[in-house]
Amino acid sequence: MARGRALSSSPDIALSGDTAGPPAVAGLGIEYSAVEKRYGPIRALRPTTLEIHHGEFVALLGPNGSGKTTLLRLTAQLARPTSGSIQFRGSSGIESGSAARRRLGVVAHPTMLYDDLTAEENLQLFARLYDLPDAAAAVSARLAACGLADRRTDLVRTFSRGMRQRLTLARALLHNPGLLLFDEPTTGLDVAGCEWLAGELRHLHESGCTIIMSTHQGGEVTALATRTIALDSGRIVRDSRSSGAVG
Amino acid sequence: MAAQTQTVREQSVTSVEAAPSLWPGLWAIFVKEVRTELRTRELLVTTAVFALTVVFMFSFSFDPASEESRHIGPGLLWIAFLFAGTLMLEPAFLREQSNDTLAALRLAPIAPSAILLGKTLANFLFLSITEALLIPVFVVFYNVSVVSVIPGLALVCLLGTLGIVIPGTLFSAVTAHARMREMLLPLLLLPVLTPILIAATEATASLLSDPPEWPSMGLKLLAGADIIFLTAAYFLFDSLLEE
Repeated sequence: MARGRALSSSPDIALSGDTAGPPAVAGLGIEYSAVEKRYGPIRALRPTTLEIHHGEFVALLGPNGSGKTTLLRLTAQLARPTSGSIQFRGSSGIESGSAARRRLGVVAHPTMLYDDLTAEENLQLFARLYDLPDAAAAVSARLAACGLADRRTDLVRTFSRGMRQRLTLARALLHNPGLLLFDEPTTGLDVAGCEWLAGELRHLHESGCTIIMSTHQGGEVTALATRTIALDSGRIVRDSRSSGAVG
Repeated sequence: MAAQTQTVREQSVTSVEAAPSLWPGLWAIFVKEVRTELRTRELLVTTAVFALTVVFMFSFSFDPASEESRHIGPGLLWIAFLFAGTLMLEPAFLREQSNDTLAALRLAPIAPSAILLGKTLANFLFLSITEALLIPVFVVFYNVSVVSVIPGLALVCLLGTLGIVIPGTLFSAVTAHARMREMLLPLLLLPVLTPILIAATEATASLLSDPPEWPSMGLKLLAGADIIFLTAAYFLFDSLLEE
């Protein structure tokens, strides 16, 4: 609970920046053409044709095993479709897979952080991997924005779940991605943590970033979505749009 | 199967980037590995203690001062290096599993082979340090002189160590997701390393003989095996990362 209060009461924790308005980001659109994924005899995702426009905030709903994570992993190019194709569309046209990957940020339940490195060292590593021009400044800015500047030299293994999730989001946003994929981001977060995440998602959506988020929970985070896609047994069973709770 | 690889329809692509550079990613991963090891000291301490124990045990089993023991000494030394390497290489990709950091590395716009080569370079450094600690102990226990053959011995160790860590790091990636991985890695690795063991032992024995002989054939075999291993690992690793 103390962690929750710390999260909700930290006015400077706004990764996407809420004081001067979020910086504009060119979102990526995605076209799935008859995309199917099988793991041996198991059809994790049945042939799916779908278009997600840039700047959309899509919530993927469904029970465990419905294909949400598979769809996200295919989108992140961490898995190849068994059949079908995925196209990424930027503001100037279709982008290659490698170009799109440079503009992709992923937040999943595993933190994708190194426990034996400090917060700063983790971000420095990814800044180098993404070949950011001013890595030191980008790392400092992200650490300050996520409220971890005073813990920059502490090992990640000493962080609470909420702090890890903030650092995870900082890592995902380090290179200003146009497409953000969230896989069950609220897992393990308390109420205050979920409220903080909802605020961040709102800012990111306002900035123009395309967001796809999988969850099997409803609540404030899901209410932000402008589009809801429900999956069951590897197929889309509902696709509905709403205004979202933005602003 | 064309659809499998046609993730993006190339004919209509308007934004294409050049292939990612190898070196920045390789160096970043090497630095990360070294930094983690300096902080945890898990690999170096465990491996050095294990290798020293092996050399001690062998020295108790034979009379270290005997001519016969000195003759088999190079073989014992390289078996110790091999076992130490096997122990050291297993966690190379296992460490990336706990927080799914391998996915984060794969998401980064770097050449996939940079992941393998960065880790291979770090493992080469760690195993070389272990060898540098072990050789003086071997010299004392087995009553051999290496002063006059240090450059040759260093070259044999360099090529032999590369021959252990290149396939070892690759197999570490293969076995990281497998059950019984602790047993699987030695089962896969040791047969592949047989040529390295033979060539390195022969080369070391030639250097330690009286008078010392330059091990041309052994060095050529080691260099050839290293090139084959490196080429195979470079081209295989990308597909190994795929599910």
